[in-house]
Amino acid sequence: MTPAPSLAPETGAGARQAPAPSRAFVRGRVVLGFLVTVATTYLGLLAVTFFIGRVVPVDPVLAILGDRASTEVVERTREALGLNLPLHHQFWIYLKQAVRGDFGTSVLTTHPVLEDIARVFPATMELATLGTLIGSLLGVPLGVLAAVRRGGILDQIVRVVGLIGYSVPIFWLGLLSLVLFYAQLHWVSYPGRLDVVHEYTFSPTTGFYLFEAAWTGQWTILGDLFAHIALPSVLLGYFSLAYISRMTRGFMLTEMSQEYIVTARAKGLSEARIIWFHALRNAAVPLVTVIALSYASLLEGSVLTESIFGWPGLGLYITNSLGNADMNAVLGGTLVIGSVFIGINLLSDLLYRVLDPRTKRR
Amino acid sequence: MTMSIPRLRIRRALLGASLALGLSLSLTLGAPRVYAETPKDTLVLAWAFDDIITMDPGESFEISTAEILGNVYSTLVRLNIDDTSEVLPSIAESWTVSDDALTYTFTLKPGITFASGNPITAEDVAFSFERAIKMDKGPAFILAQFGLTGENITEKAKALDAGTFQFTVDKPYAPSFVLNCLTATVAMVVDKKLVTEHAEAVTPSAESPYDTDFGNGWLKTHYAGSGPFILRDWRANEVLVLERNDTYFGEKAKLARVLYRHLKESAGQRLALEAGDIDVARNLEPGDLVALEANKDIAIESQSKGTVYYFSLNQKNPILAKPKVREAIKYLVDDKAIGATLIKGIGTLHQTYIPAGMLGAIDDRPYHLDVDKAKTLLAEAGLPDGFTVTMDVRTIQPVTGIAESIQQTFAQAGITLEIIPGDGKQVLTKYRARNHDIYIGQWGTDYWDPNSNAETFSSNPDNADDASSKTLAWRNAWDIPALTEETASALLERDTAKRAATYADLQRKVLADGPFVLLYQQTEVGAYRINVKDYRLGPSFDTNYVDKTFKE
Repeated sequence: MTPAPSLAPETGAGARQAPAPSRAFVRGRVVLGFLVTVATTYLGLLAVTFFIGRVVPVDPVLAILGDRASTEVVERTREALGLNLPLHHQFWIYLKQAVRGDFGTSVLTTHPVLEDIARVFPATMELATLGTLIGSLLGVPLGVLAAVRRGGILDQIVRVVGLIGYSVPIFWLGLLSLVLFYAQLHWVSYPGRLDVVHEYTFSPTTGFYLFEAAWTGQWTILGDLFAHIALPSVLLGYFSLAYISRMTRGFMLTEMSQEYIVTARAKGLSEARIIWFHALRNAAVPLVTVIALSYASLLEGSVLTESIFGWPGLGLYITNSLGNADMNAVLGGTLVIGSVFIGINLLSDLLYRVLDPRTKRR
Repeated sequence: MTMSIPRLRIRRALLGASLALGLSLSLTLGAPRVYAETPKDTLVLAWAFDDIITMDPGESFEISTAEILGNVYSTLVRLNIDDTSEVLPSIAESWTVSDDALTYTFTLKPGITFASGNPITAEDVAFSFERAIKMDKGPAFILAQFGLTGENITEKAKALDAGTFQFTVDKPYAPSFVLNCLTATVAMVVDKKLVTEHAEAVTPSAESPYDTDFGNGWLKTHYAGSGPFILRDWRANEVLVLERNDTYFGEKAKLARVLYRHLKESAGQRLALEAGDIDVARNLEPGDLVALEANKDIAIESQSKGTVYYFSLNQKNPILAKPKVREAIKYLVDDKAIGATLIKGIGTLHQTYIPAGMLGAIDDRPYHLDVDKAKTLLAEAGLPDGFTVTMDVRTIQPVTGIAESIQQTFAQAGITLEIIPGDGKQVLTKYRARNHDIYIGQWGTDYWDPNSNAETFSSNPDNADDASSKTLAWRNAWDIPALTEETASALLERDTAKRAATYADLQRKVLADGPFVLLYQQTEVGAYRINVKDYRLGPSFDTNYVDKTFKE
């Protein structure tokens, strides 16, 4: 579009439009700043993981060839993998491939790392999402009630729940609950995601079994899936509940002592309205961060829970890979966890804007 | 989720989510669980198989893979699991050995096919040997030790006609040795037509002078065999599914399916076995085994395996290189206590390097805890006040427990043992670089023949740091030219009884003077529900056959 010089008399309008590009510029700068932060985070994450992986006194060729291969075979493989190159050169090669979306092949599973992660991450995600839902839907009200009736029975219960959640190892609680709910009471199914009998009738195309079973209306399978996920998710939910309810209690106690609450009471508002609509509304802002962080930590994959419940998730995948010096898989997994943290941070930032009007004006 | 969402919608979403959650919880916890007994034609095993990295017999060298391959592929000859001193026909109907013991001629069973329907011919056998040698992966040496190279393989292993396969070796080896090696997974016969169809072209390079990958990329995760079962599905660390091969040339399998579920925890396996959700539990720890022995619904199968546990003294350490110190240390292991507790049910005490059940095995056990004798020997070695030494220990049971027991008994004679815990690969890397003082670990036989262990425990052709052959004797810098020669001579002994006698002699020499302190031989255990019949574990990991197993 060629600008028309004949429109010169309308400079006044042009002057009024002047702030517009600058606002776009500011917004662009914010986005750019965000992208730079993300890129730096990823680069740092990859570099640290990469170099730690190479510094660890484990011969990566050992993982591929085993203990018995001849020296010639070992040397050849080392050459083929580029392990004789200088470290920074190796890292550069890895970066170039990673940018193209090629994270290499896992030694352990022989599949491309991305393919593996697409398989294991949904398993962890279903578990973590259910766990966080249980944790926050029960934890927040519990925390609120404990704060309101401070020192009451409910408050004591929340404290005990929190104490157990903080101090009891999940490994022990997991085994104990398996003995009780699976072996004794038969309420839930045994470790794994699905019963053997369904192994042939259910062939999901994505890793999101629950979603897929519900979507295609396979209710028996959905029931079976729930019977398998119930125990590990309730367990993870319990641990996040312990954390969330404690934090909620703390936030609520702070809010309840604020002056605006006194004002609200003076206005004659009902206590319920004051608690649920005024105090909680303000406590919700830091609470979002707490829930988001607890969700993110569950998304990393809970190694112990996954190994007790035979859950083929991310935590188990990364631990296994680490134990076998399968560095491509470890790097890929780390990247996913990094993305989860960045994504969840972004999401909680956005939620802040919704919940806290002050941030919108800024 | 990009921009700010109206508040109302969030609230509605939260409401929906809580409703869904409530519903799901009541669904699972409220309704009694529907029992999912394992189907009668399906065997379900809980098993830790996270070591599997490839399903290509020409490449695989892992313990779990061996078991699967043993059930889904066939070899020319197979081990008789009831009498491991002989091999039985499999793809080969019969064979002859030439008088000079250099040429083996195998006659194949007529009219037999792969699971794909393609006929099994001598061409397939020759191709399987050729690709194993040319790919030159971890297990290739089992065949290469007969003088096979990429250049001569098509001449040394060839089809005379569709039904006759000829194999030529470079020295007049004991036929028992050659045939035993041909039962190994690397000698399994793959479907040439099928594999070739999936072979990918590669650019020849310094690493590999060939322009094809011999189908390795495809066969890693696919199947081209002729065993009693076919490999239907393998999802790493999740599930492994075998299905009956109805075109199998031998006796057909009784089960329609065999399902291996990856479940690592011993306690979890035990619970699932007791509840009947699985039929066989494969990775039980001593505590859980004892508990299951009392259960009348459960039976236990155990079998000594070709894996021996030992600790070894690096001869680069001048103190450990003293013969009297080596001897003293052998008297500082409380073998009786270890046998009664730490390895109860999962191992048998064994002090010589050839596992019981194999040709040449002996059961000499002269060393028991004797602190006074050890002290005297240490004094004679000029170390009356003992010394300090480190031990690299993999942090898994029962190895850690044994290391702690040794630490205590060493202390009684004034030896301070510092345990350096580490992850498996880490400890092994250090061991292979000869940077350890004492290493504790295990050695599993590569193929069912005494040479596999003799060649590593009592042979060290070159003790230099850059030697190409890194045997266990090399890793401990034990320079033994005479024993190395004797080990090599045993290979050419065609009289089986004399061959066994040579191995007995070798073992006694290592027992008396070697840097190895053999502790025990591994027992593999499988606990199964009593409606499972004929469940057996074989002597080697590739003979854990399930084709005879059935359920009542």
